[in-house]
Amino acid sequence: SERKVENVRLIDTVTSRRASVGTLYLTATHTIFVENETEILTETWVLHSLVFSVEKQASTTTGCPLLVRCKNFQVLQFVIPQERDCHDVHVSLLHLSRPEHYEELYCFSYNANSDREDRRKAWDFINLKAEYSRMGLPNHLWKLTPANHHYKVSDTYPADLYVPKSATPPVIMGSSKFRSRGRFPTLSYYYKENHAAICRSSQPLSGFSARCLEDEQMLEAIVRSNPRSDFMYVVDTRPKLNAMANRAAGKGYENEDNYSNIKFHFVGIENIHVMRNSLQKMLEVSEAHFPSMSYFLEGLESSGWLKHIKAVVDAGVFITKAIAEEGISVLVHCSDGWDRTAQVCSVASVLLDPYYRTLKGLMVLIERDWVSFGHKFSHRNNHLNGDPKEVSPVIDQFLECVWQLSEQFPCAFEYNERFLITIHHHVYSCQYGNFIGNNQKERTELGLQEKTHSLWTYLWKNRTDYINPLYRPDHSQTQGVLRPLTAPYCFKFWGALYNRFDRGIHPRQSVMEYLMAIREETQQLEEQLASHEMKILNVEKQQKKSVNLETNMFDRSPAVWASPPSNSSVGLANTPGDYSGLGGFLKSPYQQKEPENSLLILPWPQELRKPTDPDLSTNGDDQESGIAGLSCLSPPNEESAKDPDSDETAYSAA
Amino acid sequence: MEFSEHIKTANVEDVVLRRPFYQPTKGTLCVTGHHLIFSNRGGDSARPFLLLLRNIDAIEKSVENLPSVSSGTITLKCKDLCVLQLDIPGMEECLNIASSIESLSSLETVSEMYPFFYRPPFLSLQDQWGLSSTEQHYAQMKEIHDGWRVSQVNRDYSVSPSYPPAVIVPHSIDDETLVKAARFRQGGRFPVLCYYHRETGTVIMRSSQPLSGANRKRCREDELLLQAVIDGSELGYIIDTRSSQQAQQARMTGGGFESKSCYRGWKRLHRQLEKGKVLQESLIKLVEACGDQSHSVDRWLSKLENSKWLSHVQTALSTAGLVAECVERDGHSVLVHGSEGTDTSLLVSSLAQLILDPDSRTLAGFLGLLEREWVQAGHPFQQRCAHSAYSHVRLRHEAPVFVLLLDCVWQLARQFPLAMGFSEPLLLRLAKEVYASDYGTFLCNSDQERCVTGVKERTHCLFQSLLRANERQHYSNPLYERTELAIWPSIQPPSLQWTCAFSPIQWPFDMC
Repeated sequence: SERKVENVRLIDTVTSRRASVGTLYLTATHTIFVENETEILTETWVLHSLVFSVEKQASTTTGCPLLVRCKNFQVLQFVIPQERDCHDVHVSLLHLSRPEHYEELYCFSYNANSDREDRRKAWDFINLKAEYSRMGLPNHLWKLTPANHHYKVSDTYPADLYVPKSATPPVIMGSSKFRSRGRFPTLSYYYKENHAAICRSSQPLSGFSARCLEDEQMLEAIVRSNPRSDFMYVVDTRPKLNAMANRAAGKGYENEDNYSNIKFHFVGIENIHVMRNSLQKMLEVSEAHFPSMSYFLEGLESSGWLKHIKAVVDAGVFITKAIAEEGISVLVHCSDGWDRTAQVCSVASVLLDPYYRTLKGLMVLIERDWVSFGHKFSHRNNHLNGDPKEVSPVIDQFLECVWQLSEQFPCAFEYNERFLITIHHHVYSCQYGNFIGNNQKERTELGLQEKTHSLWTYLWKNRTDYINPLYRPDHSQTQGVLRPLTAPYCFKFWGALYNRFDRGIHPRQSVMEYLMAIREETQQLEEQLASHEMKILNVEKQQKKSVNLETNMFDRSPAVWASPPSNSSVGLANTPGDYSGLGGFLKSPYQQKEPENSLLILPWPQELRKPTDPDLSTNGDDQESGIAGLSCLSPPNEESAKDPDSDETAYSAA
Repeated sequence: MEFSEHIKTANVEDVVLRRPFYQPTKGTLCVTGHHLIFSNRGGDSARPFLLLLRNIDAIEKSVENLPSVSSGTITLKCKDLCVLQLDIPGMEECLNIASSIESLSSLETVSEMYPFFYRPPFLSLQDQWGLSSTEQHYAQMKEIHDGWRVSQVNRDYSVSPSYPPAVIVPHSIDDETLVKAARFRQGGRFPVLCYYHRETGTVIMRSSQPLSGANRKRCREDELLLQAVIDGSELGYIIDTRSSQQAQQARMTGGGFESKSCYRGWKRLHRQLEKGKVLQESLIKLVEACGDQSHSVDRWLSKLENSKWLSHVQTALSTAGLVAECVERDGHSVLVHGSEGTDTSLLVSSLAQLILDPDSRTLAGFLGLLEREWVQAGHPFQQRCAHSAYSHVRLRHEAPVFVLLLDCVWQLARQFPLAMGFSEPLLLRLAKEVYASDYGTFLCNSDQERCVTGVKERTHCLFQSLLRANERQHYSNPLYERTELAIWPSIQPPSLQWTCAFSPIQWPFDMC
């Protein structure tokens, strides 16, 4: 089933100037481009499941261009010599990138022959029962309810749910009937310091006047399970207008008059359709070639993206204050309670609890608030050929919120930016089973834990790549609750994700890479030191009398000093760009020459470029890709570009 | 001292001080000739809060005078962008304090300013003022001794009032030629050397605009001087920091540009860099946008765009990149000038040096660069930094060119976090010092003025102070890893970051 097309050109979309020639292969799982005649084998691998769109453009004399956009924001432009081949590749790729059935997804074929038992065990690495008991549950206030076993109350909820001790089965049943998709109020996070809790649900089916006694009792039970408070907040994450519109459809929001002891709040996060369009607009801006500063900032503003990110963080901050400062429990919902609710609950958890700022903690959090509570990953992330209106970057926004926080608190997070980007990648890649399907019930039926691998164990095995070297859990500012600034200027554009493959715009040196290299070096030195100390000890035992003479021999080993970290990680891959604005008017011999010192500054970790893990591979030898991308600013203003020396000619003639 | 005339009420008790990130505190407020001093009443270990009156950019007061309550509130908006509030019991006290602050903070006599009174125990007036002189700088660059010499032609500041007494010029050009060339350049600022590139033997020069005027006057000596710069090579570049239209227009007022026919071998390129009023208004808009508290209406990015500040950063870095590229990649010498040659020329030439020269990227090297290219080169600090972004005083010569430089350097350091020997706190400190300082470094507009007012004898030098051991440690970049390579910045919009350094709340940056 493999297709192969030769003499294909891969255009560098950043500069539009350079192209590499090679062979394009379509396999069952990947598109692979192998460059011709390079000293190092340069391959570009793209997983079919990562393909967002394939666009065949009008043929030119040089061939037929094919534009492939990926869900991880990589953009590849191929030029295929023959129109017919291009058509074939286009059709095949469309077909391959939009599977109809879960069974066709890459995770079911990825490393399928590994030991079944090992694979099964790996899934136990993240255990939600352990997570609830870490929070201190069950206790005298909250209990585990069997109400949703076999998913009989809500097919989008997990089987195990925590509810207030006083919530009886009839109350749970009654409440669930009064909530969209049966998603009754249940516990998301319990703050054991003061017993306040974050609960979540879907919207009540209140319409204009409907009431439900059990639902009111359910909320009353939540208030009572926080002994030190006499009311709770109900946070509706939708804009008020949207919530009101829902009333006409027999849904809506809680009427403060009917529920004793609640304070109701709207926080105004937009819906999935607004978010999808916002991302598209932002990507148009970030993909623009050499935009002016004004175009970039105006485009970023009109996309509204950072405003939406701020809205989610603001909502998280509101809940954090209610829980940690006021000691008041909060019920969060939106419409169905699986998008905005998941975002807001999990952002609040990150702010409240340092645990979620550790590697394992973030995995647990995603597993709890997103995977188990039925965030519709397969719909939102477009895993199958489905309704494009269901697609939305909801978890992308959560990951970005975490990134924005980590920018403000660089020492408070155990994980680094690469961890977030890797999770983002695999939310879409379908390489691991974690995010396949839309809820726990579907996942169980698909047998994902038997048939696929877990991303979390893979990330954990490779955790050295994801550790933030600046992490200082003992620092006063990183402990306890985070109180971020939320002024608009505190939110930045996340170039490392949205321009992930456009290296030219990234910082040319990375503090993180540097510190990680130093740490590795230190570790090696310490190991050597330990082994040398062992030797000394042995020698001392053997030659008790001549210790003073002998020790000198051991600690001067030149090997210890042979490789300073700078050699491996602090090179400068850097050449000047087109500052002239005329596409290199300076025709110097230097420009044609490869920079001699062009060590790539920011390589991804080696393993990511190996074909063994091809989905993350990038243009392996793309050392210059970003470098030539220095933009022109204003229209060129060079005298020779206009009428050269018109006035001056006149002068010399005069 | 006559400061006492301005002080109507020297002390007020029970004043409440409010400032970002601190709990409001009650204490005693005291006005002196140069400072506001606020001391905490409880007398706990906290040091008194000291504010240089010179740092105050704008003052707003509101009073309440009822039979039951008589009180007032003074809001102080500082040049370092910090905003403080004082709640003062007693309307009359409040008005007195406000008027004292108003008159004392706007005193313009240089020799009465605080640096002339600042006598810290760790510095001595006998110390050398400044880090280096032109002669010392020249002496260190052995490789240029054949082609270049130090000229003392400006020893009495008669050739160019804004130049230092000594400058570096081509060996073959004698002082007499320089004097004549100076007459052909605005403010007498004839082309002088600011950077020599060892590998290619090419140089960066700077000057002011030639006074060719509407009649297209020529100056043989000026042409000779530039000819000597590119002696032996066929090409040099003139980077004019004005648009070609602006350069044309400048002829009407006696200025102009180097026409191709008169300056053989020199190729002129125009890159328009804003300065003066445009730049000052840009800063004002930026600070306004950052300080906007109406977080619900998120128009931040539009306001940021509208301020054009990042566009100025982008243009400055790209022009500096162009200069550096001419020198390092193309192997041709460059002359940079705009009109006066005291603002954008300095911005571009110093950024180009940071890109090219690893020596200028160390802590001492960077301060040395600022001393040569800004202090000695005659950037009119006193005029440019008289007021900052809050002042309601009508603009005259204010322009945050130096602050723009600091932002550009910050962008460079952000893209090359290991390449700079100094850290972000240094840039923030300099941004503060340039407006209000205990030191004399940024006083006056030129070397000549500093000599006349006795700045070098009677004040301390900031740069010297910053290089003391404990300060040096605070301002050094712990990750510094010297690289000999040029550091070429990306000037793509996503690579240029807005900072909260321009907001009244600068906490995340002060943390590091």
